[in-house]
Amino acid sequence: MSMTMHVDIVSAEIEIFSGTITELYAPAEMGEVGIMPRHAPLLAKMKPGEVRVVDQHGETQSFYVNGGILEVQPHVVTVLSDTAIRAHDLDETAALAAKARAEAAMADKKTEYDYARAKAELVEAVAQIETIKKLRKRK
Amino acid sequence: MAGAKEIRSKIGSVKNTQKITKAMEMVAASKMRKAQDRMHAARPYADKINTVLVHLSQAHPEYKHPYLSEREEVKRVGYIVVSTDRGLCGGLNTNMFKAAVTEMADWDEKDVEIDVCAIGKKAIGFFSRFKAKVVAEASHLGDSPSMEELIGAVKVMLDAYDEGRIDRLYLVSNNFVNTMTQAPSVQQLIPVKGVMDEELTHHWDYIYEPESKPIIDGLMLRFIESQVYRSVVENIACEMSARMMAMKSATDNAGEIIKELQTIYNKARQAAITQEISEIVSGAAAV
Repeated sequence: MSMTMHVDIVSAEIEIFSGTITELYAPAEMGEVGIMPRHAPLLAKMKPGEVRVVDQHGETQSFYVNGGILEVQPHVVTVLSDTAIRAHDLDETAALAAKARAEAAMADKKTEYDYARAKAELVEAVAQIETIKKLRKRK
Repeated sequence: MAGAKEIRSKIGSVKNTQKITKAMEMVAASKMRKAQDRMHAARPYADKINTVLVHLSQAHPEYKHPYLSEREEVKRVGYIVVSTDRGLCGGLNTNMFKAAVTEMADWDEKDVEIDVCAIGKKAIGFFSRFKAKVVAEASHLGDSPSMEELIGAVKVMLDAYDEGRIDRLYLVSNNFVNTMTQAPSVQQLIPVKGVMDEELTHHWDYIYEPESKPIIDGLMLRFIESQVYRSVVENIACEMSARMMAMKSATDNAGEIIKELQTIYNKARQAAITQEISEIVSGAAAV
């Protein structure tokens, strides 16, 4: 019996591949790595590139990943693919944009948060919803 | 007869409203199915990243991530609130805001300050109206949000945690129980709970490439992001099913109103006919 291992290639948005294979090649940050069954536990960062898997019938399938993390256990391999292209600078820009949007919205307001008022208004809204529900039931 | 014409036009306008709500119901139903599929598609990643974190907790790395340890003093907490972009979905957002505000009020009593990261237009509107400190926001995510759009907003909160500006981070969103029920939930994101408290059975460690620190950092970042992403996707499924239910009852209500108006109209018409006959009869009798 030939040795196999299970592999899951997943991204946050979708499951890309799941199955039994004999070999896997992944673009680790320090160069491509080849994984065979019974590999020692390994945790590696991946850069964007191609992940190739070879199944029991010797057929090769390849997938593109945007970088991510590769976890290897002796008989289970997990490829956590990123969905977006990640770079420190890009993340930083995105964070600044999110902040700026919030600040723009807050610009003309004071910073005091009135919980009492928020709560009161919510209680009112919830009461309205409850009433509507009750009215509906009575009909 | 004066009333009949007005009542007829009223019936017409209610009928038009009914057509609109019916259409919205059907649109929401089909979108809900897609949103549910997306919710299921996001599950494997969350499961796998959880497995890896459990493995990692057993592995005994020399580096312990700051997200795993509890801070003793809590001076400021962060909330990521996930809401919808659009309304007309029943009490979905209101119930969720209520859950969030109840929690926030508890913190407020303990003199703990609060930062809010609002996702979705409704949350932005709500929290800025009440002058909460909204430090980051993301909206217009559409029906199929991508991770890319959330990274920035999440990073603001994670940076705040790293720099010690907040000591805890919570995630508020709706849980999709089934089509009829959505339950608001408040979940603690940081310090990470539940993944790291398993007993060590034996001592082993990964081979890290390049080093343990950047990998674990990256893993934690993705873990938090995937949690937020999952709740955003789940919230969309909630939105669609809540809207479907709301529109269904609106359609039903419109039907009832039409029925009532129809009765009134018939009565008015009958009264007019009766009056006319009695006028003719009394006129004939006079001759």
